[in-house]
Amino acid sequence: MIRRSLRFTGLAIAALVVAFWLISGADRGWTKTSVTIQKTDEVTGLEYPVIENRFVPGVEFLALGTLAGLALSALTFLPIPTKTKNT
Amino acid sequence: MKTHLATLALAAATLAPAFAESLSFDFKDPKGVNNIVFQLDAPLESINGTASGISGTITADPENPADVKGKIVVVTETLHVPNPVMKEHLHGPKWLDIKTHPEIVFELQEVSNVKREGNTGTADVKGTFSLKGVSKDITVPVKVTYLPGKLKARGGDVDGDLLVVRSNFTINRSDFGIQAGENTEKVSEEIAITLSLAGAAPKK
Repeated sequence: MIRRSLRFTGLAIAALVVAFWLISGADRGWTKTSVTIQKTDEVTGLEYPVIENRFVPGVEFLALGTLAGLALSALTFLPIPTKTKNT
Repeated sequence: MKTHLATLALAAATLAPAFAESLSFDFKDPKGVNNIVFQLDAPLESINGTASGISGTITADPENPADVKGKIVVVTETLHVPNPVMKEHLHGPKWLDIKTHPEIVFELQEVSNVKREGNTGTADVKGTFSLKGVSKDITVPVKVTYLPGKLKARGGDVDGDLLVVRSNFTINRSDFGIQAGENTEKVSEEIAITLSLAGAAPKK
């Protein structure tokens, strides 16, 4: 029962990580904790960046999260060592 | 004829004080528009960042664009890249070492090849670029726009003029002792820099 729960939890983690990465824009760069938005100053005509704090998951987030979930799921397939009685 | 002469004299009298002396433009922009963009395009990785902590003063005579003095200072700590680990490395002792070298400075020496069209002009500016403790003379192309009487239009109560400076140039990180020859597959040797600056000269 515990094995089955862990198996599904692992798969759910992997699926959630992939879904979160896709919803967040499927960024193929490194994870970002800020996003730069370009604005233009009306008087000078200069373009300037405005930095907004926002978490954008990157490829390492996708890889580590998916691997962690699948690893947890895979662990449940390992055989449980059984105690043998010595007579 | 007399009317024309009177109009001309009035115009000359009005304009003369504005151009009679050099103006001092402060580049510490309270609106936070002044910025520098840096781009490194290596075979395996492209790095784009910005810097915002800009200050400095440029003294210029709008009538004589070649007569320019001053310097632009960038606080190294304000160099920003979106990835926090990359930013930590960028600021760290192996790369920019912001604790030991808190400022990047470009000090103007001379201006040449001045071409002027109305309030806009282009020129080549020679100056000393100091980065991570290394100073090197470089010449950069600039585009300058002089906006007389436009300071108030940006908000605030003070009348004055604006000087908009734009420039694109490239430096080599190895020239400034920044991990010369190291990690070139991920961090390119060439750093493309884009300057977008506005300086203000309030009327006294």
